[in-house]
Amino acid sequence: MDILIEGLSKAYDNQKAVDNISFEVRTGEIVGFLGPNGAGKTTTMKMITQFISPDAGRITIGGKVIAKENIRGSIGYLPENNPLYEDMPVMDYLAFCGQLQGIRKNQLDQRVREMIVMCGLNEEKHKKIGELSKGYRQRVGLAQAMIHDPAILILDEPTTGLDPNQRVEIRELIKRLGMHKSVILSTHILPEVEATCDRILIINKGQIVANGTAETLRSQATGKSILLVDIEGAPRPVIEKELRSMPGITGVGLSPDHRLLEIECTDSQQTARSVYKMCVSKDWMLLQMSPVETRLEDIFRNVTLN
Amino acid sequence: MRESWIIARKELNSFFDSLVAYILLIAFLGFSGFFTWLWGSDVFYHKQASLNTFFNVALWSLFFFIPAITMRQFAEEKKSGTIELLLTKRLTDRQLVIGKYLACILLVAIALAFTLPYYVSIARLGNIDHGSTITGYLGLLLMSSAYVSIGLLASSLTNNQIVAFLMALLAGVVFQFILGSVGSGQTGWIGSLLMDLSIPHHYDSMSRGVIDTKDVLYFLALTFLGLMLTEVVISKRK
Repeated sequence: MDILIEGLSKAYDNQKAVDNISFEVRTGEIVGFLGPNGAGKTTTMKMITQFISPDAGRITIGGKVIAKENIRGSIGYLPENNPLYEDMPVMDYLAFCGQLQGIRKNQLDQRVREMIVMCGLNEEKHKKIGELSKGYRQRVGLAQAMIHDPAILILDEPTTGLDPNQRVEIRELIKRLGMHKSVILSTHILPEVEATCDRILIINKGQIVANGTAETLRSQATGKSILLVDIEGAPRPVIEKELRSMPGITGVGLSPDHRLLEIECTDSQQTARSVYKMCVSKDWMLLQMSPVETRLEDIFRNVTLN
Repeated sequence: MRESWIIARKELNSFFDSLVAYILLIAFLGFSGFFTWLWGSDVFYHKQASLNTFFNVALWSLFFFIPAITMRQFAEEKKSGTIELLLTKRLTDRQLVIGKYLACILLVAIALAFTLPYYVSIARLGNIDHGSTITGYLGLLLMSSAYVSIGLLASSLTNNQIVAFLMALLAGVVFQFILGSVGSGQTGWIGSLLMDLSIPHHYDSMSRGVIDTKDVLYFLALTFLGLMLTEVVISKRK
């Protein structure tokens, strides 16, 4: 099911949490929702899941307009901080959620078992939720979101507080499930977005500031490229001075580990050629030269800090 | 209705899975049993085969018992965030409120059912008035229903269980004492209105065996109003 969001706004006491947002998520797509704390990610998700109603704008899911029709049954939702009933055993809890989602009695047992296998909860299934470790609680949260096999999954920070191994597992699980569903997930962990999501939405102060695949965001953000070089044959200040005088180079500095020179330029390929030629003409040794991809962190910082 | 029943069953299970139900049942039966059979103006003091003593004591036990079972209903869900989980499923606000109400009133009904041996014992001791006993139980149930809906409203207004308990108790004090005592000091329509709003005014005649539609409607209206306001509070969320 496609999700179409048009002109969505929500304000809390005159403070705009979400300000005229529009975007689309297609079936089979995993969209990563990024943004600083308080940017409006959770508010947007709460509106899509019909927990709160928007002040303005329209959410259309599978051709049906939210608010006019109850489409909660086709959405699976993992809220922020993964709230759970601590005193319920895992299986009872999943059965309870399944019943609330309208699963019939004769299919309920089977669905619960499927979710337990799918989310790797088999050894913990009789324990109370309060006794589980954070990783397992997260799996229970995912299992309850997916128990009715919804066409849409909304996951608010599904991997917070997990160790790296668990994070990879949950990520793989989401990827596997996301093949035939529309998934929106929010996170603070940038490499995770790249690894999991087909598309990235960056939201800041209630507005969308970037929307595209990791590659498009990168190419949009690269006003300048960075080359790391290691040149031998002259003292470093001499080399730096020579590099600065070359056309196309806008800045020269040391790399963070102080071993290489970092060259900021407009066109990395052209600059690489001229650096090579310069080294040949000066009889300097070019030991290493590599272009640096703009990191997602930088893009994130760029679009959210100003 | 199916959804409400799922909620009610889950809540009842959690009453009995935790110690809440057992502690309250023991407290209720202990308290009402002690004053009915053993102490003060008990059944043997009156030398009458009637449950009137019990109905008067039960009223007071329920006065504390009900806020204790309703206090966590919404306050805890709001505090832990599980309300978000519930209300993003195929469940409307109204179904949730009705489910919680059913669970609480059923627990009260179970507690009352455990006092049926009192009825049987007294019926064997003397010539009990079956009619007034039945209306007495009905009165207790109706009054509990009103208190449950007040308690749920209090619980929906806060995410602190203690605050919810105290608010429900305070509302109970208003309905139990203040309206009646202020009303009896007033003349004219204000006095009679306040008297009409107080709970003992309606409960006392029922516990004596008189069923008046006015009394039944009063308790049902109070229940309905409480639940409706609860739904309004729940639907106003951020």
